[in-house]
Amino acid sequence: MSNYRDIAWQGLWKNNPGLVQLLGLCPLLAVTATLTNAIGLGLATLVVLVGSNILVSLVRDYVPKEIRIPVFVMIIAALVTCVQLLINAYAYGLYLSLGIFLPLIVTNCVIIGRAEAFASRNTVSKAAFDGLMMGLGFTLVLMMLGACREILGQGTLFDGANLLLGEWAADLTIHFWQVDTNFLLAMLPPGAFIAMGFLIAAKNIIDDKIAAHRPAPEPEQAVTRVRITKVS
Amino acid sequence: MAFKLASSPHINTSVQTSTIMLKVMACALPGVMVQCYFFGWGAIIQVLLSIAVAMATEAAVLSLRKRPVWPTLSDNSAALTGLLVGVAIPALAPWWVSVIGVVFAILVVKHLYGGLGNNIFNPAMAAYVMLLISFPLQMTTWVAPAGAALNDVSLLASLQIIFQGVSPAEVLAYRAGFDGMSMATPLDAIKTSLSTGLTINEALEKPTFENGFGIGWVWINVAYLFGGLCMLKLKLIRWHISGAVIFSLFVCASIGYLLSPDTHTGPLLHLFSGATMIAAFFIATDPVTAATSVKGRLLFGALIGVLVYSIRSFGGYPDAFAFAILLANLCAPFIDYYVKPRAYGHRASR
Repeated sequence: MSNYRDIAWQGLWKNNPGLVQLLGLCPLLAVTATLTNAIGLGLATLVVLVGSNILVSLVRDYVPKEIRIPVFVMIIAALVTCVQLLINAYAYGLYLSLGIFLPLIVTNCVIIGRAEAFASRNTVSKAAFDGLMMGLGFTLVLMMLGACREILGQGTLFDGANLLLGEWAADLTIHFWQVDTNFLLAMLPPGAFIAMGFLIAAKNIIDDKIAAHRPAPEPEQAVTRVRITKVS
Repeated sequence: MAFKLASSPHINTSVQTSTIMLKVMACALPGVMVQCYFFGWGAIIQVLLSIAVAMATEAAVLSLRKRPVWPTLSDNSAALTGLLVGVAIPALAPWWVSVIGVVFAILVVKHLYGGLGNNIFNPAMAAYVMLLISFPLQMTTWVAPAGAALNDVSLLASLQIIFQGVSPAEVLAYRAGFDGMSMATPLDAIKTSLSTGLTINEALEKPTFENGFGIGWVWINVAYLFGGLCMLKLKLIRWHISGAVIFSLFVCASIGYLLSPDTHTGPLLHLFSGATMIAAFFIATDPVTAATSVKGRLLFGALIGVLVYSIRSFGGYPDAFAFAILLANLCAPFIDYYVKPRAYGHRASR
């Protein structure tokens, strides 16, 4: 299908699962109230995505076409269970704050979508790279959204980073301004929808700018007809 | 139907948006003034601040959109939105509440949909709902109206409270006999009383009320009713939407009151408290977001009335006009689709 550069470009920008494909909106909108949660869920999704792409790519020649979707779903579910147990063991606070959205990674359309559209048709190395890039693209969008919402909503950044990284990270929290009252709209799902709309708009603006700066394709040389007969 | 025939030449006066908006604002003036009388300097500061921010945001957004600024800015629609937001915000709310609300109204609700004439929702009401959901504490702390409690906050003190975040209690703390500046609005007081098991009549004995009406609020509503009637007289609006809102709210409230007078607010209290009159005449009649045909407008207004009554009586919020108007705004295209005026000369097929 394509070389690695193209895969990276597709995953990170042109076909970004968050901004362009709008896949996985449910965790995207529900969990991104703080940057920490966003990073946690993004990384979990990234790990699952890479793993499922590798496994699906490995078994792609042995799975009959008719039952491929159930097989993919079982692979993904197994991986999600692993990740869930790991987070439960090593980042319990994050486990609690992500809640139901952690097991729900199974139903994230990005993962099954990449398994079906890419991993089941490509070699292992390409599939792994695609998973990495798509996961990174998704995580970046989650982080952007989480950062915007956290700054607007409670005026901080990295609040609760110790849930993800351990006790030392408690000092990472940056206070932009002290607010007595949180801006609830930014922290509730409707605010996530609005912020998401603004992010997509920003991406479209950047795309337009790029398109405007790109030199217009050379106009085809119009074939001028040579007059062969002379008008006398 | 009377056809007035006049011989040519016919003169057309072109009614411009800017004139209409100015006249609407002029008609709202009595209500605003009464509100300022009862709630003090804070009310007028909020209105002026909101109007200024609305104009500034409109100008900024227009220049961002590379549209001519002055022609659109001078149609006064942004100023009207600012006025309505300013009136809806509690008098001593901090400045950032009205700034966030107005910027949201103009930027998100109005211009993201394409500017004046293209917005689906009433900007002022959408902003109010956004504020109410985001800052429930600030948006429900109303100053006690004049006559109900001590509230003579000087102009300077109001400015300090609004812009410097000095809490009203600090300003008045030294005064003897001071027993709280804020007070529940009438609808709020009734809702709380009912939830604690009091009857309506017992609730009406609270200091918020006088002669069965909320102190201050009844006169504000009367003033807006007067302004609304002026708008009808000037033919700025037609009666259908406002009439239907008031009529359906009255009918619903009467039914509830007749069935169970102890637990349901009477119809007159419904009509003359909260945002009833300003919403019925100044907000629901917004020509952009309302239904367009005569029958459609009646339906639209009736829907608002029923929704307001349901939310006020059975919902979680004491007043409901903003929610009701937004929901009705959503229904307006649907109403217009099904309620098409028949072309003249056609009969319904048998």
